[in-house]
Amino acid sequence: MTRLALLLMTIALPVQAGEIWVTNEKDDTVSVIDVDTLEVVKTYPTGERPRGVTFSRDFSRLYICASDSDTVQVMDPNTGEILHDLPSGEDPEQFVLAPDDRHLFIANEDDAVTTVVDTQTRQVVAQINVGIEPEGMAVSPDGKIAITTSETTNMAHWIDTATNTLFANTLVDSRPRHAEFTADGTKLWVSSEIGGTITVFNVADQAEAGKVRFEITGVSADLVQPVGFKFNPEGTKAFVALGPSNHVAVVDMASLAVEKYILVGRRVWHMAFSPDNSKLFTTNGVSGDVTVIDVASEEAIKSIKVGRFPWGAAMRPTKSN
Amino acid sequence: MRWAIALAAILHREALRFVGQRGRFVAALVRPLVWLFVFAAGFRAALGLSITPPYQTYITYEVYIVPGLCGMILLFNGMQSSLSLVYDREMGSMRLLLTAPLPRWWLLFSKLLAGTLVSILQCAAFLAIAALWGIRAPMLGYVMVIPALLLSGMMLGALGLMLSSVIKQLENFAGVMNFVIFPMFFLSSALYPLWKMAEASPRLRDLCMLNPFTHAVELIRFALYGQVNGMAALWVTLALGLFSVAALWGYDPARGVQNRKA
Repeated sequence: MTRLALLLMTIALPVQAGEIWVTNEKDDTVSVIDVDTLEVVKTYPTGERPRGVTFSRDFSRLYICASDSDTVQVMDPNTGEILHDLPSGEDPEQFVLAPDDRHLFIANEDDAVTTVVDTQTRQVVAQINVGIEPEGMAVSPDGKIAITTSETTNMAHWIDTATNTLFANTLVDSRPRHAEFTADGTKLWVSSEIGGTITVFNVADQAEAGKVRFEITGVSADLVQPVGFKFNPEGTKAFVALGPSNHVAVVDMASLAVEKYILVGRRVWHMAFSPDNSKLFTTNGVSGDVTVIDVASEEAIKSIKVGRFPWGAAMRPTKSN
Repeated sequence: MRWAIALAAILHREALRFVGQRGRFVAALVRPLVWLFVFAAGFRAALGLSITPPYQTYITYEVYIVPGLCGMILLFNGMQSSLSLVYDREMGSMRLLLTAPLPRWWLLFSKLLAGTLVSILQCAAFLAIAALWGIRAPMLGYVMVIPALLLSGMMLGALGLMLSSVIKQLENFAGVMNFVIFPMFFLSSALYPLWKMAEASPRLRDLCMLNPFTHAVELIRFALYGQVNGMAALWVTLALGLFSVAALWGYDPARGVQNRKA
């Protein structure tokens, strides 16, 4: 009987619907894409030059880095209303929400600092001096380590979140732009835009564990600029946006070898998975669209027009009827 | 019944020819493959071509050129069968065929259908090789492309038939190449999207729009991606009607080429 009830429940469970929220750097808006219809369903105004974007754990709040407004905006995703601004330091470009769902770590590109903001008290908790032009931000899954990468110093700065002090600095290739911890927290990946590589570190001793290199037939090497990337939930493959080479690379996470390059729109920046992880949405800055990649076949299936210069992307699951 | 026998006989003869002339099959396949692997490689567009329907995202040039190369197979085969008709006429087997106690349009239609079916087989082989190379269309597209290929193939075959009623000697086939195949192929959307043509000159684009081959290629292109291009289908059907009537007129014993030759 219970089994039958369970079975019925699985059948009755709605397909996981969702939305992809994309910040449009030049339009000062966010575009909302329905992951089932693959169409833009809403567009909301934001502060100036929105870039980094992320949801709170329960998806009730959207945090937006409004770089030229020097603030992090908090939006109600159900209404598109800006609820309030958070102090962020100057020119926030990327940020990351700590696993405690409370602290935001913000890279302040112009000030060479990383700002830690408490989203509840709306106060700056700490400002940590890092290298010049900080951009990439990551927090380890256990919340103990935060990473800032600095574009000009070419370093990944390791921050102890308990004391908000640096405990290590590691060199990477030219102009690091994005950092992510693997889901198990043992590895840190840092992409270098000009260097054209991704450096993989062992988190335990901050030692370099390997490098991912890219080469696309028919595309000049200086156009191959790795920026944003995401790991699949199985932790086997990484999808890497390669900027003006208009391709996303599929990297085998064990061997660090590139398996495939997928053609997307012009100047691909960042990406977000659909709630069921079957689709990947990439923001293409210059062509002003979002390319949808079918994750299973690793092929681009559609490009959706959004605003001018889409940059960041974040996913929100929604209930379908 | 007699009609069916005639159709079967003509299909059988074409099939025998197809099986017998393996060289022709290979040659017909090599031509588009050379275009795909050599010509398209030079224009690879690794950074992606702009999105034009029916494509929903960025594609490389190799993906773009495939439907046009299917059109090329149909075009060359249509002309080839016109060549073979001229040959048949010179050898006398045409006379035998045309003396069958059946309406002439039925005989010519059977001949057209037989030739087109052979072309579709060649397109299938070409698409299979392209798929192995990594240029794939959705499953539905491979089904939908069959009627598109049939209609386009019949239209180009009818064009060949019409020309064959005018060409008096085998040697004139070179002229057909120069004045029919090349302009038709290059003044179409087979190699470049029409917006690219419009960039060079809007008049060139208009010429391409008039070319029935453009519509044949677009019909194939949309069908291959599971879509119907009604406008293209209409143009191809109109052209098929026009060329068929002209071919029938050309083969009409009262005033056609047979008369002139006699």
